[in-house]
Amino acid sequence: MIPVTPPPTETAARPPREKKSLPSFVWPLMALATILVIVGLIEPAFFSIRIVEGRLYGSLVDIVYRGTPIMLIALGMAVVIGTSGIDLSVGSVVAIASAVMAHYIHEGWDPASVIAISLAAGLACGLWNGFLVAALGIQPIIATLILMVAGRGMALMINGGRIPTFRSDFFSFVSSGSIWIIPTRLFLVVGVALILWALLRRTAFGLFVEAVGANPSAARLTGIATRTVTLGAYGIAGVCAALAGLVITGDTRSSDAVNVGMWSELDAILAVVLGGASLSGGRIYLATTLLGVLIIQSLTTSILMTGLPPEYNLVVKAVVILAVLLIQAPKLRIQVANLAAAFRGRGAK
Amino acid sequence: MDVSARPRVAMRGITKTFPGVKALDGVDFTLQPGEVHALLGENGAGKSTLIKVLTGVLQADAGTVELDGKVVRIGSPAQAQDLGINTVYQEVNLVPTLSVAENLTLERQITRFGLVDWKKTTARAEAALARLGIAVDVGRSLGSCSLAVQQLVAIARALDRETRVLVLDEPTASLDAREVERLFSVLSDIRARGISIVFITHFIDQVYAIADRITVLRNGRFAGTGPVAEVPRMRLVTMMLGKQIESDFAARPTADSIVEGATPLVAAKGLGRSRLMQPIDLSVRAGEVVGLAGLLGSGRTETAKLLFGAEKADQGRLEIDGEAVSLKSPSQAIARGFGFCPEDRKHDGLILGLSVRENLILALQCRRGWWRQLSRAEQDRLAGEMIQALGIATPDAEKPVGQLSGGNQQKVILARWLLAKPRFLILDEPTRGIDIGAHAEIVALIRRLCREGLALVVASSELEEIVAFSHRVVVLRDRRKVSEIAGEAISQKTIVEAIANS
Repeated sequence: MIPVTPPPTETAARPPREKKSLPSFVWPLMALATILVIVGLIEPAFFSIRIVEGRLYGSLVDIVYRGTPIMLIALGMAVVIGTSGIDLSVGSVVAIASAVMAHYIHEGWDPASVIAISLAAGLACGLWNGFLVAALGIQPIIATLILMVAGRGMALMINGGRIPTFRSDFFSFVSSGSIWIIPTRLFLVVGVALILWALLRRTAFGLFVEAVGANPSAARLTGIATRTVTLGAYGIAGVCAALAGLVITGDTRSSDAVNVGMWSELDAILAVVLGGASLSGGRIYLATTLLGVLIIQSLTTSILMTGLPPEYNLVVKAVVILAVLLIQAPKLRIQVANLAAAFRGRGAK
Repeated sequence: MDVSARPRVAMRGITKTFPGVKALDGVDFTLQPGEVHALLGENGAGKSTLIKVLTGVLQADAGTVELDGKVVRIGSPAQAQDLGINTVYQEVNLVPTLSVAENLTLERQITRFGLVDWKKTTARAEAALARLGIAVDVGRSLGSCSLAVQQLVAIARALDRETRVLVLDEPTASLDAREVERLFSVLSDIRARGISIVFITHFIDQVYAIADRITVLRNGRFAGTGPVAEVPRMRLVTMMLGKQIESDFAARPTADSIVEGATPLVAAKGLGRSRLMQPIDLSVRAGEVVGLAGLLGSGRTETAKLLFGAEKADQGRLEIDGEAVSLKSPSQAIARGFGFCPEDRKHDGLILGLSVRENLILALQCRRGWWRQLSRAEQDRLAGEMIQALGIATPDAEKPVGQLSGGNQQKVILARWLLAKPRFLILDEPTRGIDIGAHAEIVALIRRLCREGLALVVASSELEEIVAFSHRVVVLRDRRKVSEIAGEAISQKTIVEAIANS
């Protein structure tokens, strides 16, 4: 059995915080293993991995391969959720990056410039969200809803109302090619995860994000530039979503502004939560977020594999995800108790 | 007033113990019909607990409550309301998004055929407000009304049912002078109707403006009671603080450490913010401790926050080294070498989910900038040093800071700032909730820091410690500076006099 994407060693750098509590990756990993084992029992061919035309093929490879766009989006989402925010606009940012990419490929730009301008578009979207949240104080869910709605319209305008197609050997290689026998896009995800990990854990940015998410008032009084930190978090989410847009568009060789990245924000949020993060912020888990994406993707793929009618897909997915979330409930209970204690402390004053 | 008449409420020997704390110890409290009775005391005196017993939120462990001569058992807030005891809390507990009329009829809606009868609802709301002499469009959402009107609506709501006792918990905390006047004229009317009012406040002037009698609690015990006319300010303040005013326990600090020079390190000139704090003059030199003294609610915290830029001043100016600056945020203040230990450490100080180590290095890391991370080894070393230097009781630096005791949490915040090496440190109630041993350590630490050349402003409700470490004391009352005492003139007696005298 081939191991799934090597998770960045985030958990190794941060020892468990409470005595006797398991490392944060245990529950999502167990959930993923359980799903894979059950599917494997029903359909033994699930685990078979072959090398065809010099690259890996098989259901497990397929899960990782198809999961990469959401992985990219979810990594950025994890940072935003760490600030106790949320970004609903990532799906539309995917569409914008996709449209920008198609446009400049048609303009004849070289791949490096196309990548640069597409990512810049994603960054601009993220900073816009961050501006609404941090500077204007709009609630994140509303602030990002604006771009969620407007973004697809902007992408449509860039595309001129059509679905432009293109040929680009470079982007085909990045998206659906492989280096040796391993899909290229996996390197991209691992690379982004490592860069983010370094940014969060090898600078103080991660600590500041978590401080802002856990207690904005205290963070401000300690001197953290809370607005800048929030702005940065949304900027990261924008760039990550744009990267996902490049990967998806490179694969389809067309920019469908109406459908590309549709509902990806919900999968990304779900992946972050499955990874053990709380929507109330204060903690960022990159490695388990990736596991969360794999859980979601392996459900989708395995439902198709086991021959369950596709119309059951969404319901089964919902039931399994609810179960996974409930498994993590003891942790939730501790958090609730902590919150209640903090609240009582404040109320008694 | 005819005190011999049967009291409206007579609480006798009320005792209430929480785990580890005796909140009330045999407290007596009597309330006459048609009087405004001020209930006073510093933090932890037991005011809230006593009121909670009266309003059925808490059950007393011992003691009796009589209402109009009959012993009653008040088991819940609902029972208290049935008995005619209604309460208006400090934070208006109404629904700001609903209309005034809806708020006034919230849980007793007037219905007709099962639907809300808006005509009658409006009429009833208007009548309830008219009784208090308030004219407001009852269709407006409550949140759009001024705080004073919201407070009055809350009172109208309490009075809308049969009321014998009205409890007002700090009703004037967020009102301006004109709004307070309006509230008081309403209270006079209510009093004239024979309703007894319990009035909890920190504003001494207001006590003398409206109250008929005063009861003071201190550390969970009854400290004194009497008609307002027979309790002069001086005696009232002494009762509240309960100090043996002549016993200055420790040696006064020497003035050697103060850097004599033309310009003070930090000087506030007429610094203020409307509704928060009257303009204040305050200066502090390197190596000097300026104490901020005053009763609870006198503006100590507000002054500290203004100096730190946590509250933006809208009047006056702040000078650092003689140069005028405008602080728009704490991070600007910190960049200039300021530090601030807030009073409410859980809400404003600690990041509860993070470890002791992470909380300790936070301010220093902020000064370095996010891209220059302290290495893990460096963090461990600094955290270890501080844990040892201040005697923070924790098994290791990785424990979530929320699991430490109050005193140790306070030390974590202090240590956080010491690591950042500020020039000017503002401490708001640095010894609140700290045991005696740690208390002396903190006072010693303050003295040491100022000998090392730090400028400090320390707000405290403990006169003893203010006297022990201050070179100068700024005395506050009712959100303004009333006096400044320097050098040898500083004693608990002079401070108490300054607090009491108008």
